[in-house]
Amino acid sequence: MGRYLTRRVLQFIPVFIGATFLIFALVFMIPGDPIRALSGDKPLPQSVQDTLRAQYNLDKPLWQQYALYVGGVVQGDFGEDFRGRDVREIMTERIPVTARLAIYAFLFEMVIGIIAGIMAGLNFGGFIDNLIRISTLVVISIPIFVFGFMAQLLIGVRFDLLPVSGLRDGQASYIMPAIVLGSVSLAYIARLTRTSLAENMRADYVRTATAKGLTRRRVVGVHALRNSMIPVITFLGVDLGALMGGAIITEAIFNLPGIGNAVYQATLRQEGTVVVGIVTFLVLVFMISNLLVDVLYAVLDPRIRYE
Amino acid sequence: MFCTQCSTPGSGMSDFRDAGVQLSDDASDLAEIDETQGVGGASLWSDAWKELRSSPVFLVSLGIIILISVMAIAPGLFTNADPRACDLSNSLGRPSAEHWFGFDLQGCDYYARTIYGARISVSIGLTVTIFAGLLAVVMGSLAGYYAGATDSVIARLTDIWFAIPTILGAIVILSLLGTRGFFQVSFVLVILGWPTMLRLYRSSVLSVKEQDYIEAARALGASDFRILSKHILPNAIAPVLIYAAITVGVIISAEAALSFLGVGLQLPAISWGLMISGAQTRILSAPHLLLFPGLFLSVTVFGFILMGDSLRDALDPKSR
Repeated sequence: MGRYLTRRVLQFIPVFIGATFLIFALVFMIPGDPIRALSGDKPLPQSVQDTLRAQYNLDKPLWQQYALYVGGVVQGDFGEDFRGRDVREIMTERIPVTARLAIYAFLFEMVIGIIAGIMAGLNFGGFIDNLIRISTLVVISIPIFVFGFMAQLLIGVRFDLLPVSGLRDGQASYIMPAIVLGSVSLAYIARLTRTSLAENMRADYVRTATAKGLTRRRVVGVHALRNSMIPVITFLGVDLGALMGGAIITEAIFNLPGIGNAVYQATLRQEGTVVVGIVTFLVLVFMISNLLVDVLYAVLDPRIRYE
Repeated sequence: MFCTQCSTPGSGMSDFRDAGVQLSDDASDLAEIDETQGVGGASLWSDAWKELRSSPVFLVSLGIIILISVMAIAPGLFTNADPRACDLSNSLGRPSAEHWFGFDLQGCDYYARTIYGARISVSIGLTVTIFAGLLAVVMGSLAGYYAGATDSVIARLTDIWFAIPTILGAIVILSLLGTRGFFQVSFVLVILGWPTMLRLYRSSVLSVKEQDYIEAARALGASDFRILSKHILPNAIAPVLIYAAITVGVIISAEAALSFLGVGLQLPAISWGLMISGAQTRILSAPHLLLFPGLFLSVTVFGFILMGDSLRDALDPKSR
């Protein structure tokens, strides 16, 4: 296990460098000179321009700028935007909002999705199964922003059950955004659990377990479910990272001051350091959650041994 | 590209291969006939077709897709109104008997605009899926069939792609482009969309290439290109086809999301995403502006996803 972990962490490095360099190169390929743009109509003296360029490493070639940047990130320095604000400060302020949103969405989709999937999988081909199958397809088909506005209009305004937008109402503010954000993944989880469980229920070892007289609860709960959860957990792991990234649209609809909102605004304002900083963070979250999934595999499936 | 790759593995046997070109073509044609008429191979497709024809889910999805496609090709069949002929005095008019969907802020007939909006959504969905699919099949063939270094390079490349959230990547790239039309949006979505299909096709190729009939084709002297296109492709493409149907829906939804965020298509394009984006600030005073494009968008995406779902039922032997 230790050796496996080391190998995986080492495999991280090229992926991390590749992904962040890709974004770095894209963002800093933006046409226009940010230093000249700072001064507006009256150009800064050449000496001042040169000093600023040197201060932000803009006088160096792209790969060197990138190397200096990653060197800083490794030491926890994400740089500052052109107004001198520390990017790490922006991130520490915004991340908790998105993290809370993502965790609520994650819990919501996991609990409801798995329960719905088990109900469908145990009634494979029956009424409940078809109901869940079609309703999950409907949920997947409705684009998240259409769903978000509909929820705001119906639940928030017409029936006045939940806060519509912003963060003024504390924890309650997160309920509707979390449901909207988690809905599509919920549908995927339900479908994945359903097919996986239905397949396992037909497997020989389940027949054996039933034949040796175990209760249905034990057959399903201990034998079938444990194996069925493997693809679901893969999905959940990938999804935790995706939720953080996918929060952009949800945060825009519900006007939440999270990281997705920050990266979106920064992209429109072409604040390269903020965009790159946040994307770097998201890439890290994504890769770490993938690693956790791989470790969980071993716990769930004793056939998998890491050497 | 293919031939430089495919001539290398058999280099030791090049004399035989050259002598046997004529023979090998005949021989693999024979193998092909066996596949289409025999027990295995293409009978999966005829079985699938038989099952699909009687599946209500498939017929519903086919109906939706045909309807939306006709709308995209010939919007004039559905409406006589010009979506660009607007009268400000009708601004934000509510739905009525003459104008079913009401009017938008500029006083344009909203029904006409919604109908005309199908064209760009469907064409972006299909274009992106076809090009991403082609890219995935070519790269997936190389990765799955040749294994080794080619495979590792392609695998690491897709790892990098997967680490970047799709919508975020699209926002970053698109915000760099000054003008964003059909071409730019499609291009970015192809670039970001191909790795999933590539992985699917690669793993499918990996399992198919171990089959005896591939070994038989190779023994008969078929070239790598022939094996990949005539023998592996028909047997390995099913998962990609299923996913492709779903992808059309997902891409249509993604285009709308990008247009909604203001980094996708730009006015004066008529697109459901742009219409919803315009409705955003008026969902209280004019909810019909959100409802109709949202409904059309959802139904279209539903059609393609339903199609993928019924294809899976028909093509995946495990579910039988």
